[in-house]
Amino acid sequence: MGLAKRIIPCLDVDRGRVVKGVRFVEIRDAGDPVEIARRYDQEGADEITFLDITASSDDRETMVHVVEQVASEVFIPLTVGGGIRSLDDVRRMLNAGADKVSINTAAIARPEFVRDAAERFGNQCIVVAIDAKAVHAGQETPRWEIFTHGGRRPTGIDAVEWARRMADYGAGEILLTSMDRDGTKRGFDLELTRAISEAVSIPVIASGGVGTLDHLADGILLGKADAVLAASIFHFAEYTIEQAKRHLQARGIEVRL
Amino acid sequence: MTSIAIIDYGMGNLRSVAKALEHVAPTARVCITQDRHDILHADRVVFPGQGSIRDCMRELARWDLIDVVRAAACSKPFLGLCLGPQALLDFSEENGGTPCLGVLPGRVVWFGELHDPDSAERLKVPHMGWNQVHQLGAHPLWSGIAQDSRFYFVHSYYLQPADPALAAGQTRYGFSFTSAIARDNLFAVQFHPEKSAAAGLRLLANFAGWNP
Repeated sequence: MGLAKRIIPCLDVDRGRVVKGVRFVEIRDAGDPVEIARRYDQEGADEITFLDITASSDDRETMVHVVEQVASEVFIPLTVGGGIRSLDDVRRMLNAGADKVSINTAAIARPEFVRDAAERFGNQCIVVAIDAKAVHAGQETPRWEIFTHGGRRPTGIDAVEWARRMADYGAGEILLTSMDRDGTKRGFDLELTRAISEAVSIPVIASGGVGTLDHLADGILLGKADAVLAASIFHFAEYTIEQAKRHLQARGIEVRL
Repeated sequence: MTSIAIIDYGMGNLRSVAKALEHVAPTARVCITQDRHDILHADRVVFPGQGSIRDCMRELARWDLIDVVRAAACSKPFLGLCLGPQALLDFSEENGGTPCLGVLPGRVVWFGELHDPDSAERLKVPHMGWNQVHQLGAHPLWSGIAQDSRFYFVHSYYLQPADPALAAGQTRYGFSFTSAIARDNLFAVQFHPEKSAAAGLRLLANFAGWNP
């Protein structure tokens, strides 16, 4: 008995529409964020994360309406990431019904932003997203660096140190993505996940690379993640959230069923 | 038709609370308000809260709502959520020590360094996610909710009521802490029923129809 490990499906939203083709059988409109969120809620998702990949800032307002609609019908925690750059962005998303916002690039550009946002709105709603890549070779001591621009641009910042700093600045949670594994279906970078999770006292969500249900379990048991985030294995209906939870349970992990 | 006032004193988004109440009690008149008159005249009052306790107490004073909250907590169906129940106790350790409303005797204490007693693994703080609530006896607000159901929590401080009889629910996170308190017309929970799917909605529905 105790706190359950969480499974969090992640949806990419472009100008108010879910992209990367969610393929549910019984869904009328595969691009409708409300319908998809409702479906995940019914399957037992513990939270839902929306990543706004809208390129133009003019279209950003659309995301606010998406969050408003989803929050009116789906009563589990919602996180919104992508394009959160100012206290005003945070406020708008929280007022729309988001429970947390995820800050990525803006934290690297101005780390104080995380501190300001946590002080203003509370640690519980500030997630810092970290995109990390291994930069050690062969037998060297493992080391990971923060990358931006979808893993193309190095920053020179050590991922473990950065995670510690963001926790000190008041982040309530860390969303950790391995850019080496993202999209590969080879599983999480477990060494990275464990290094970050053990370095900070706040919860860590593992992301990037999930291809099987065992990958999810490994992220928790070996990577020491508090939650696991995945997109494609759920979107393409390879597995339902409930199947994933039953699998975790079979491997001795406490889940909400 | 019942009217439910959700007290808005600038501490966090209340939209989700309102939406969840409207969802479970479509005929209720739900308003988010900082108006003393609205709160005093509502049939039911919801006292939410987010952020730090110091800001919470400061904003309650700034909006001149302290006596109104105290009055409502002693007179009509009253539901405290998350930071709400913390504010109802005497004192919180947060922000270097903060005096609270003193509606109920007790303190609010930091989780601090926590370890799982079985595995010895360190437990993360904030306590974030879905945990079980063990109901300590029957209560109209637990009606229809299975024993040990999971609710969504996010907090770093926990309730320590002085009188054990106030505890209506208990949750384990390294040790057992009080996650729900009840007295007469008052019920208050550390978790977020508005974000706790079916079990949370049931609790809110029970509150909307509760006649203590």
